[in-house]
Amino acid sequence: MSLFIENLSVHHGAIHAVNNVSFKVEKGQLAALIGANGAGKTTLLRTLSGLNKATHGKAHWNETNLLHEKPEQLVRHGVSHVSEGKSVIPELTVKENLEIGALWRRNKKEMVVSLNEVVELFPRLGERLEQRADTLSGGERQMLALGRSLMSKPQLLLLDEPSLGLAPLVVEQIFQSIKDLTSSMGITVLLVEQNAMGALKIADIGIVLNLGSIAVTGDASALIADPQVRAAYLGY
Amino acid sequence: MFQLLNTFLIGITAGSIYSLMAISMVLVWRSTRVVNFAQAGLAMLSTYFGYEIIHRFDSYWIALPVAMIAGALVAAGIELIFMRLLLKHSSQGAIASIAPIIATLGLLGLIKSIIGYFWGNQDVIIESPLSNVGFTIGTQTLALSPMKTFIIAAVVFMVLVLTFIFQRTNLGLALRASAYAPEISRLAGIKVDLVRTVGWALAGAAGGAAGMLQTANGNGALSPDSLEFSLLLAFGFIAAVIGGLDSLIGAVIGALLLGLVLAFVLTYVGGSLVFITAFVLLLVVLLIRPGGLISQKAGRRA
Ligand SMILES: Nc1ncnc2c1ncn2[C@@H]1O[C@H](COP(=O)(O)OP(=O)(O)OP(=O)(O)O)[C@@H](O)[C@H]1O
Ligand SMILES: [Mg+2]
Repeated sequence: MSLFIENLSVHHGAIHAVNNVSFKVEKGQLAALIGANGAGKTTLLRTLSGLNKATHGKAHWNETNLLHEKPEQLVRHGVSHVSEGKSVIPELTVKENLEIGALWRRNKKEMVVSLNEVVELFPRLGERLEQRADTLSGGERQMLALGRSLMSKPQLLLLDEPSLGLAPLVVEQIFQSIKDLTSSMGITVLLVEQNAMGALKIADIGIVLNLGSIAVTGDASALIADPQVRAAYLGY
Repeated sequence: MFQLLNTFLIGITAGSIYSLMAISMVLVWRSTRVVNFAQAGLAMLSTYFGYEIIHRFDSYWIALPVAMIAGALVAAGIELIFMRLLLKHSSQGAIASIAPIIATLGLLGLIKSIIGYFWGNQDVIIESPLSNVGFTIGTQTLALSPMKTFIIAAVVFMVLVLTFIFQRTNLGLALRASAYAPEISRLAGIKVDLVRTVGWALAGAAGGAAGMLQTANGNGALSPDSLEFSLLLAFGFIAAVIGGLDSLIGAVIGALLLGLVLAFVLTYVGGSLVFITAFVLLLVVLLIRPGGLISQKAGRRA
């Protein structure tokens, strides 16, 4: 049981956005994927969730080949991607935003159970179920996006910059929730972050991307201690 | 006073039929971002299927649902076989916005010639199943007949059913989510491609109903060059745009408004100005509210 990526390359036209990337994340691990703007983090995640096409290489989640299925099929194999930038549907209510994550399960009862679980995790969403999603604050939207993803009972969570544009205190809350997900539910997480320090602190392993290639990988604590990583990516 | 009431009734009846057409344009727009000018052809083809049923079983009441089902199937087929290919091959650049429009216009012509081939270019007649003679109050005749009453009731019923589907069912939620945010919907596990086809099917059914009701409301004549269907397309499209092109309620409001305004112009100003009035109304609405009467209010961008 693991996320296994080997020699993965992705192009946007002539741009080689992801270049021969290989790494492995064990089940239940939280992996932080960090790197500068334009390093290829989003492209990599989008490829793993079926939104972008790979040029070559392999990517497997357990037995599922991630490169041959559409996103809506991968969800059915436990892969859930929360895309960059508070990915909620503003025109729908909070409740509807959550429900769409469970529609594919075609089971009203399970949907209600999942909804209650998410509301327990994020009580602020519970108080706002009938509100339109565009009335939420940035932090609440990020919780909603995460909540919707949980509605689909994911085993592998691909998170793209959940801390984007949030106040430090809210970032800490979100990171704490993500950490709890892995420890309490055994969900495997690949977390893309600009906030490299915050991400590495909660992560088990770290992967540093530089111009589409892997610069460093290793235990998160080792990366935090590595003077070169500190200088180049943690900014001190 | 009586003339005023009658003008109002005529406007409401016409507006109801336009609203079905407008709804079908909105449904297609929402699901694939295509303005489907072939919708008039689809409605006409469905009505010819209805005509065949009437011809064989002599029942408008069977023909109406059959026409709607036929409309749904043909529309779904067009989306599946034709539009998907088209959108795949022209998904980028200027051609992406032009190609679908030209394609639907081409389809319109194609469907009309197919109809001409199978049914000929002469008029066929669909008799009104109910009396089209207006109710009388004293010596006065109302512009409301049993047939017109049925038309209004049928449209109200269909709009209610559609609203229920959209607001209260999982399919409706999937339809709305896919329209607003296809990528997020896919990531949530919704089969957006399938949902699009369903959107087209619903549009085809609404178009089929519009065609059957329109024909029975008029003189019953049906031909590939029918002016009534061209007007139905033009007015349905204008109503949809007035309503914001994205909203079912907007489409209904736009259609009723258009129906009423046109009826009053016809009665009190003159028939020659009807067509111009429709476009003037469209321009006025677009100038005042470019997003249509029912435009989505921009929410808070946190
Ligand atoms: N749709 C696209 N078309 C063309 N080029 C793209 C596209 N998406 C990304 N790129 C390019 O691919 C490279 C990697 O982009 P990507 O979005 O994956 O970076 P990132 O690591 O997520 O950056 P950020 O931290 O700013 O979000 C960049 O050079 C970018 O310009
Ligand atoms: Mg990114």
